[in-house]
Amino acid sequence: MFGKLTIEALPFYSPIAAGGAAVTVGGALLVAIVLTWLKAWKYLWTDWLTSVDHKRIGIMYVVLALIMLLRGFVDALMMRAQQAMALNSGGYLPPEHFDQIFSSHGTIMIFFMAMPFMTGLMNVIVPLQIGTRDVAFPWLNAVSLWLSAAGAALVMVSLVIGKFSTAGWTGYPPYSGIEYNPGVGVDYWIWAILISGVGSTMSGINFIVTILKRRAPGMTLMRMTPFVWTALVASVLMAFAFPAITVACGLLALDRLAGMHFFTNAHGGNMMNYVNLFWIWGHPEVYILILPAFGIFSEVVSTFSRKRLFGYESLVYATAAIGILSFTVWLHHFFTMGSSANVNAFFGVMTMIIAVPTGVKVFNWLLTMYRGRIEFHPSMMWSIGFIVTFVIGGMTGVLLAIPPADFLMHNTTFLVAHFHNMIIPGVLFGYLAGYMYWFPKAFGFAFHRGWGLGAFWCWIIGFYLAFMPLYLLGLKGMPRRMETYNDPTWQPYLLVAASGAAVVLCGIGCMVMQLYVSIRDRAKTRDLTGDPFDGRTLEWSTSSPPPPYNFAVIPTVSDREAFLEMKEKGIAWRRPAAYEPIRIPSNTPIGVILGAFGFVLGFAMVWHIWWLVVASGVVMFAAVIVRSSNDEQEFTMSAAEVKAIEDQRYRLLGSRS
Amino acid sequence: MSVAHMSAHEREERETHEQRALGFWLYLMGDAVIFALLFATYAIMIPGTAGGPTGKELFDLDNAAIETALLLVSSMTFGFASLQVRAGNRGAVLLWLAITFVLGAAFVFLEVREFAGMIARGAGPDRSGFLSAFFTLVGTHGVHVTMGLIWIVVLGAQVALKGLTLPVASRLYRLGLFWHFLDIAWVGIFSIVYLPGLL
Repeated sequence: MFGKLTIEALPFYSPIAAGGAAVTVGGALLVAIVLTWLKAWKYLWTDWLTSVDHKRIGIMYVVLALIMLLRGFVDALMMRAQQAMALNSGGYLPPEHFDQIFSSHGTIMIFFMAMPFMTGLMNVIVPLQIGTRDVAFPWLNAVSLWLSAAGAALVMVSLVIGKFSTAGWTGYPPYSGIEYNPGVGVDYWIWAILISGVGSTMSGINFIVTILKRRAPGMTLMRMTPFVWTALVASVLMAFAFPAITVACGLLALDRLAGMHFFTNAHGGNMMNYVNLFWIWGHPEVYILILPAFGIFSEVVSTFSRKRLFGYESLVYATAAIGILSFTVWLHHFFTMGSSANVNAFFGVMTMIIAVPTGVKVFNWLLTMYRGRIEFHPSMMWSIGFIVTFVIGGMTGVLLAIPPADFLMHNTTFLVAHFHNMIIPGVLFGYLAGYMYWFPKAFGFAFHRGWGLGAFWCWIIGFYLAFMPLYLLGLKGMPRRMETYNDPTWQPYLLVAASGAAVVLCGIGCMVMQLYVSIRDRAKTRDLTGDPFDGRTLEWSTSSPPPPYNFAVIPTVSDREAFLEMKEKGIAWRRPAAYEPIRIPSNTPIGVILGAFGFVLGFAMVWHIWWLVVASGVVMFAAVIVRSSNDEQEFTMSAAEVKAIEDQRYRLLGSRS
Repeated sequence: MSVAHMSAHEREERETHEQRALGFWLYLMGDAVIFALLFATYAIMIPGTAGGPTGKELFDLDNAAIETALLLVSSMTFGFASLQVRAGNRGAVLLWLAITFVLGAAFVFLEVREFAGMIARGAGPDRSGFLSAFFTLVGTHGVHVTMGLIWIVVLGAQVALKGLTLPVASRLYRLGLFWHFLDIAWVGIFSIVYLPGLL
């Protein structure tokens, strides 16, 4: 009846695991109680969970990302604490638990923090920047969101029921195979990734079509904002790289469930094929995450330097070049696997070449700032902090791209320091810059600057303290993922790294305070104009938050900085003579239903509850057929309703001093 | 509702279907990546028979040839259905869809019979890496064809109930892309799995 699931799956075997479970269950209960107390369930359901509005979907993605950021960061704190104290001792975490923590940290930060954060920002901003009313496939967008949430929920549930994978975030066989890992941990990992991966593939397709087909009249490709360009290239990579991880995880699942021999030690298996398949997705994934962040930096640097972006064309071509080259470097993740010297040399050279277009962008940003009137908004601080820190990470990356050097550094903390040095400033700082930049656009009130600056300084100081020692430790030969060690010269570095994690914790505290203070003071800090930063692109031309239809009249574009041009010509905020009725996609619960049953399906696969697999699969199939047979997926907002909303907007515009 | 607005609405609807066609093309290209990686996996696992049967001992060229013929002809009959959609001939569309369905179902039947026969001879997917790759590659294609069959039934019902409206016709167009794509994937399977396996 319940497959492999028994009462033994509850984590009463260890106080730390039970504590983690208690926090997870308690957190969920607390949210439920608060919602009930506020009588907000109905509002939540009708206005948010069933919404297909790209802005709301985007906000929900970012909320998911921030929650998972907290979870992933707790994992990081636990690892740093363990390594700080584990000299010649077991520390406080048993090896198996430590392995689960580094596996879930990587899985969460990539798949359930960075991916939803990026998709969320793209959702909120891309349609506004290209001057359209929604994405091409609104309800598919909702399905993508809820499948991502289902994957995240699977990872969270593994804290309470059963255990998570101990095979690292990459899940290399044969260790992740059934022979060495008979428990449910790897299955949780596989199904979380497969389910959310389907969502990401569909997001990629959705945004390619949206950007190619739904731009406002006059917006040629070379008039798109840098963020839209990077979102387009990242979407192409999503649509074509995610199938590779679907194959890698799918074949691993067949090995584990059906006794197949794709990656096993014996019976003709080839475990190196997994590593190739995984990184054919994995390397483009790095650029899926980082390109949109590059786009955000470009927007932020231009706005807060009060200058047109320097070398726009070169930035566009560099973005496209990175998109193509990203498919030609995957082997550098496993130079030590034993490919021939020529193969390693090819991928080493390609890796160095991909640093060139990235370097081009650094000069784009620097020369945009040069002689600009720089305003040190928190978003600008994240951008400057990024440029300095990212260049260091880039140089250690080019060092690792030399195969002989990589043989020495492979699997040491030098590598750990390198990729955190790329991803924290390159990806996370970028998303946080976007989060602080577009927050007033999404919610209609200011985001507190002081706490934002505090968050920036804590994060960047904490980052240097946490990761620079790991570079040195790697050069001294410390392998990654050590639960315990016996070299006393390592411990001082690990203590400094742990202190860095504590400083980052203060940064997260600042982010929480920033949200609290901003929401508390929202009545005083309302954004009446929709253009708080003297913006240059179309998203600032509509109100904050934008109305459901984004633009009452679709703007006509004749310049790359469309809104700045309108302001200069004096035609911004001009009222149209009349309004027309607008078709808006209707809300639908099908996205939530697919997400919920996707979660049930994954859970049932993990625990081998076959009847439930079939049942949830049938429900999902039926839901898709019902929805896709429905011809009326939109409703019409009448011209009078549009006019009422717009009247309100112009009253606010008039009331500003 | 004014006439001018009706036509604006209709234009919007046409644009919507154009966007869906592009989106579906992109999905198919992503699916092609899946097949490409499964083909590559199969190619490197051909030697991984672990002392078990090889393709030469297992594959039956007659069966594969009949399967090929069924699928290729079904692609043609789907093409006839598409022509009848354009002509607005509802009955003929249903007829050609039904013929396509029968051909596709016969294909799936032959494939399932081939798989069952191999498993009965002890050459199931858990026998060797080579057979894992074979069953997964060919089986993934078979699952796609099965999905296509379900989709034909769903759209057949829509044609019968709603007629050849713009949304239904645009769904038939995408089903057509899907069905022809499966042909291309099968040509790959025939030329990479069955022919070299037997020659």
